Amino acid sequence: MSTQTGPPRPHTVLRDELRPAWSAAVRAEWTKLRTLPSTTWLLAGTVAVTVGTTAIIAAATHTSTGPDAARQDPTKLALTGIDLGQAIIAVLAVLTVCEEYGAGMIRITLTAMPRRTVVLAAKAVNLTGLTLIAGLVAVAGCLMTGRLMLPGAGLGTADGYPLVSLAHTATLRAAAGSVLYLILIALLVLGIATAIRDTAVSVGVVLALLYLPPLLAQAVSDPLRRHLEQIAPMTAGLAVQVTTSSPAQVIAPWAGLGILAMWAAGSLTTAGVLLRIRDA
Amino acid sequence: MRVTSSPARQPANRTRRPAHGAATAALRAEWVKFRTVRGWLIGLVLAGLLCVGFTFVVANGHHQGICTGAGNCTAGHPFVPNGPGGEAVADSYQYYTQPLIGDGTLTARIGSLTGVIYTGPANQAPSTAHTRAGLAGWAKVGILLTPSTRQGSAYAAICATGSHGIQFQHNYTRDQPGRSGTQTSSSPRWLRLTRTAETITGYDSDNGTTWRQIGTTRLAGLPATVDIGLFATSPVTYQDGATGAATQATATFNDLTFTGRTASGWTARSIGMSPRDYYPTLGAGSTHRSGANVTITGSGDIAPAVATLAGGSTASESLLFGIVVALVVVIVIATGFITGEYRRGLIRTTLAATPQRGVVLAAKALVIAAVAFTVGVVATALAIPLGHHALTTNGNYIFPTSTTTQVRVTVGAGLVLALTAVGALALGAILRRAAGAVTAGIIVYVLPNLLGPGVLGPGAPAATWLYRASPAAAFSVFGALPRSALVSYPFTLANGYYPIGSWAGLAVLAAYTAAALALATYLLHRRDA
Repeated sequence: MSTQTGPPRPHTVLRDELRPAWSAAVRAEWTKLRTLPSTTWLLAGTVAVTVGTTAIIAAATHTSTGPDAARQDPTKLALTGIDLGQAIIAVLAVLTVCEEYGAGMIRITLTAMPRRTVVLAAKAVNLTGLTLIAGLVAVAGCLMTGRLMLPGAGLGTADGYPLVSLAHTATLRAAAGSVLYLILIALLVLGIATAIRDTAVSVGVVLALLYLPPLLAQAVSDPLRRHLEQIAPMTAGLAVQVTTSSPAQVIAPWAGLGILAMWAAGSLTTAGVLLRIRDA
Repeated sequence: MRVTSSPARQPANRTRRPAHGAATAALRAEWVKFRTVRGWLIGLVLAGLLCVGFTFVVANGHHQGICTGAGNCTAGHPFVPNGPGGEAVADSYQYYTQPLIGDGTLTARIGSLTGVIYTGPANQAPSTAHTRAGLAGWAKVGILLTPSTRQGSAYAAICATGSHGIQFQHNYTRDQPGRSGTQTSSSPRWLRLTRTAETITGYDSDNGTTWRQIGTTRLAGLPATVDIGLFATSPVTYQDGATGAATQATATFNDLTFTGRTASGWTARSIGMSPRDYYPTLGAGSTHRSGANVTITGSGDIAPAVATLAGGSTASESLLFGIVVALVVVIVIATGFITGEYRRGLIRTTLAATPQRGVVLAAKALVIAAVAFTVGVVATALAIPLGHHALTTNGNYIFPTSTTTQVRVTVGAGLVLALTAVGALALGAILRRAAGAVTAGIIVYVLPNLLGPGVLGPGAPAATWLYRASPAAAFSVFGALPRSALVSYPFTLANGYYPIGSWAGLAVLAAYTAAALALATYLLHRRDA
């Protein structure tokens, strides 16, 4: 807030007025999010669930090494935990906004900060930061677990698979992409929760949006199945984890993450508009 | 909220009213609470509509076509005959037959029984150009009597099989085993089939003089003239893996002896081996006779039809996704039914009005179970005919299902929704917060369905265990594909067969819900509201 010093010049008035509001909003949202007792638990839970799921999947995997056995993707297998870990991040994102509506706190927030989109943006910034930290730890844990456990599942160097390593460009892309994936999911959910405003309904809608399209894709045949997997946030976004070429892959890694980014952008835009035009 | 009396007006040590009075009042109170929240009622209708809508979407996405060349396909399905009991059957075999007027007997000794198994690519029509020697377990050769060679007609047969010994079989689903083992030159096998009025009896013998009765059956309405003769058939085998391979069996019969009246001589026929028939056969059937010795080569099966061989499905398969969507909605409503009270502090009023906390939880469980059950039954009753219609329009073959199965699927849908709703309610009472309860509910009750086929793959052993031991086991109540012990077929999850019985699967779900409800009751008693 050092920008307050010095005489205000006409062309910077707008920026100077905005900047304190902006940083105050981020700080206010940070305090709210930080002091929510569930936040720490949810972040720790994200890491635990993600790494734990990977460990369970790795322990349950027994790959046959016959000549006709399908080629596995050790990196993707190691990152399977994200499938479940994202649910916890989604809950965190829902609570970031819906708890305020549940308690009526949102009215105070919007009175203190009448620029409603700034409130939403501040929430998004804080959520992004927390998800980034949790995501980095979770993905690192997953890759470590994969590196240690997958050789025991028939996916070691002896079976012709490389050890999971960030030195591998595709693996680095999958790892960074998975962290980005979690952030984009958090932002997508933040938008949906802001639009819905009720905790239970938001969690239901969000988890249904994430988990049900892949299930629907299993139930229908091509080309509907292909299109579903190309546009659904989870299947499209997780394409970034694929490191081996497979005919089952329906969308390129970054293109898939791009689809998810569009979901997140659309969701946040809708939320911003609804926040402005609706009564709190 | 209406309660018959306030506990405050009664002495503190006698707050217990007659249990049934309190229960009725609590039940009524909970029902009023439920029906006055408009969002929940809208949610329930939405759950039903989504279930019906998605059933239609899934069913409409299924197409079956008959291809007569590359890219030259028309909507439709191969011919699948129905047996005398209305069930789908396979009825393809090579038949060497003559008419029998009135009573009579046919006797033959099996000289040899050999077979070949198709080894060529699975995506091509099986041909005898790529085969290895081998006999399918349920390859059948012997004597068969039928009023008509129309596919799916009634029959009775005594036959030697690849690995199931001598069998007396009739009307596709019935079977009585005779001598076990296969015939060799040192241990030959004689077969005999006798007609007396409407009664058919099968015998076997290992010397041709002493006969042992294997089985007998009465084919009601059998006409005076029937076909009796030798047959050979050999079904798709799964010895070499999950993809079946067509097989062919060749049998030589010696000492053919016929007693009885006949109108004309012997004729050879191939039944159900044309391209329009669904059952995969290998090569063309053939018959050679020299004197009393006959060699018959045939392929196909005379047995109940099973899953993917017919390329068909059941309307209840299309229902599954709709049910999962409805489950998510029901979980949100059921958890909110109690977490909402905690959020607004209404739970204190509720527990003050009905101090028997177990009664409060039971009343809530009963209300939510009843509404979820109703939604499940109504939605399924609408969705199944709609899905059936969409599947049929797209040329899909649909297995005939009995009324019992249809009732089981419909009531089962209601029970799955009701048990899940009660479980979600219990999770809400345990966790007391909407976010946690909805997440837990979806993870426990919905995610196993996604993990099973989606992430792990339907062939994975872990997926099979999920459908045995997780709440997803209850989906076995929607299993409507026929099974039969007379067909050697991998009845696996990947082929659409659930690894647990219908009611056992529901019991697994009920066990999860009961455990959650017990923990919820315990915590509700123990904790301050």
